[in-house]
Amino acid sequence: MSLKLKNVSRTFDGITAVKNFSISAEPGEIIGLLGTSGCGKSTLLRAISGLDNDYDGEISINGNTSKEVDDRTGFIFQEPRLLPWLPVLENVTFGLKGNKETKVQRAKEFLENVGLSGKEQLYPRQLSGGMAQRVAIARALVTSPEILLLDEPFSALDAFTKMQLQDLLLDVWHTYKSTVVLVTHDIDEALYLCDRIVVLRGQPGQIDTEFVIKEERPRQRGGQKLAEYKSEILDRLDLNNTHSYTS
Amino acid sequence: MAKNQGELTSVLVGRNAMRKKKAKFKSYIFTHPVILGSLLPVVLLSLWEILSRMEVFPSYQLPAPTVILQTIIEMGQEGTLVTHIGITTYRVFAGFILGTVVAVVLGSLVGFYKNAEKLFDPMIQAFRSIPSLAWVPLFILWMGIGESSKITMIAVGVFFPVYLNIVSGILGVDRKLIEVGKMYGLNTIQLIIRIILPASLPSFLVGLRSGLGLGWMFVVAAELMGASQGLGYLLVLGQNTLSPETIIASIILFAIIGKISDWVLKKIEIRSLHWQDRLVK
Ligand SMILES: Nc1ncnc2c1ncn2[C@@H]1O[C@H](COP(=O)(O)OP(=O)(O)O)[C@@H](O)[C@H]1O
Ligand SMILES: [Mg+2]
Repeated sequence: MSLKLKNVSRTFDGITAVKNFSISAEPGEIIGLLGTSGCGKSTLLRAISGLDNDYDGEISINGNTSKEVDDRTGFIFQEPRLLPWLPVLENVTFGLKGNKETKVQRAKEFLENVGLSGKEQLYPRQLSGGMAQRVAIARALVTSPEILLLDEPFSALDAFTKMQLQDLLLDVWHTYKSTVVLVTHDIDEALYLCDRIVVLRGQPGQIDTEFVIKEERPRQRGGQKLAEYKSEILDRLDLNNTHSYTS
Repeated sequence: MAKNQGELTSVLVGRNAMRKKKAKFKSYIFTHPVILGSLLPVVLLSLWEILSRMEVFPSYQLPAPTVILQTIIEMGQEGTLVTHIGITTYRVFAGFILGTVVAVVLGSLVGFYKNAEKLFDPMIQAFRSIPSLAWVPLFILWMGIGESSKITMIAVGVFFPVYLNIVSGILGVDRKLIEVGKMYGLNTIQLIIRIILPASLPSFLVGLRSGLGLGWMFVVAAELMGASQGLGYLLVLGQNTLSPETIIASIILFAIIGKISDWVLKKIEIRSLHWQDRLVK
């Protein structure tokens, strides 16, 4: 599904968090929102999801500009947000429709993908932070959403799990060609996953630059091409000069 | 040779394990909650019995524990014991159900609908500041000293803690979890059933338990006011016939059935809240 934001602004009690933000994403595109904390990335994602509808401007999903939640949208929050009274398996099947057997079947498949098979009957309190976040990721991916919104989904995970789950995300994307908006502050992650990286800066957050990453997938982590992009982005963010250490 | 050694070590290990088990068993006996918990009562009861037999306490004021036990047994043999316990339990139970049902209905309305909150909550809060026992004379005036005034009495006592806990439980549901439900396209009814109710269950159960506690308190008040049966009536009877053993027997019976009913609720609570991440002592 296509996604279009036109002049989206959001003000909280007189303080503007996001100002005049416009992008458009083609169906199946992976867009990265990169920026320092507090520049309004989560705010934007909530506006797109429909959880927040007090924004100004226009957000259209497949041409539909209603501010309601569209249940073809999946959201992976910054925190796991598991329902503590449900075991892992039922947390994953929570948003699935259809008969029980196929739901369970599918949930188990995704739990295996996130490396949690055998943990189906555990309750959230019995999980480590990283495990809980992986359950949350499985819960969002299992519904194969057509638009997938991710708010720093991997930031709480260790480096290895992170890479594994980035690959899982790409697998799911290959199969379902979801349109993805990925909020992150990890440049390498954005470079590895995204077709386009939008750099946000300032408070209120505004678009600073857009990078189109033309590199074919699967990309090579730490490869030459990505390193060049990274250097360019760091330059844009004024983080690439040694003076910044002393000033 | 190697085999022998293996056998030898296994024997040694077995013995060690047995010794450990024995040691563990010993210390277990002394720290077992039942034994540790009944230590003090047993000592105090024995002391009480001895002092009563030595007539340090005059028997018309504080009879010996055995005398009290005998009173209970006699009532049991006469068959009056079952009647008294039965009628008191019935009153508490009926009042508890009535109070809870009203609290659930009003509490859910106030919790879910802003306008219902504005409509009902100020009035309920105002009524809450009246000590509930102050209603007793009015209820008796309205309904006589029959069952209905007693049950209403108890229901009023049960209502407040249950109501307050339901409202705070519903209002306290984590907005973040509700958002998860919204992302999956749940409508209001589904949100209530699948997220808000389970999330506010702990608070509801806390309300039920304190409501039940108040129910037992209020049944005493109601039965003191005028009853011809029930454990509260035994208190009055004991006072009028100058028999402290009847009074103390009644107090003990109150304690026992109050505890049993609370234990039942606690079991239900543990069953339904096993998912909670609670501090284990
Ligand atoms: N519900 C809210 N009420 C008031 N201010 C908010 C709210 N949500 C976000 N903000 C403000 O908006 C700004 C952007 O926040 P956020 O979108 O969470 O940043 P990011 O996700 O990029 O770190 C911050 O200054 C934050 O204080
Ligand atoms: Mg954020």
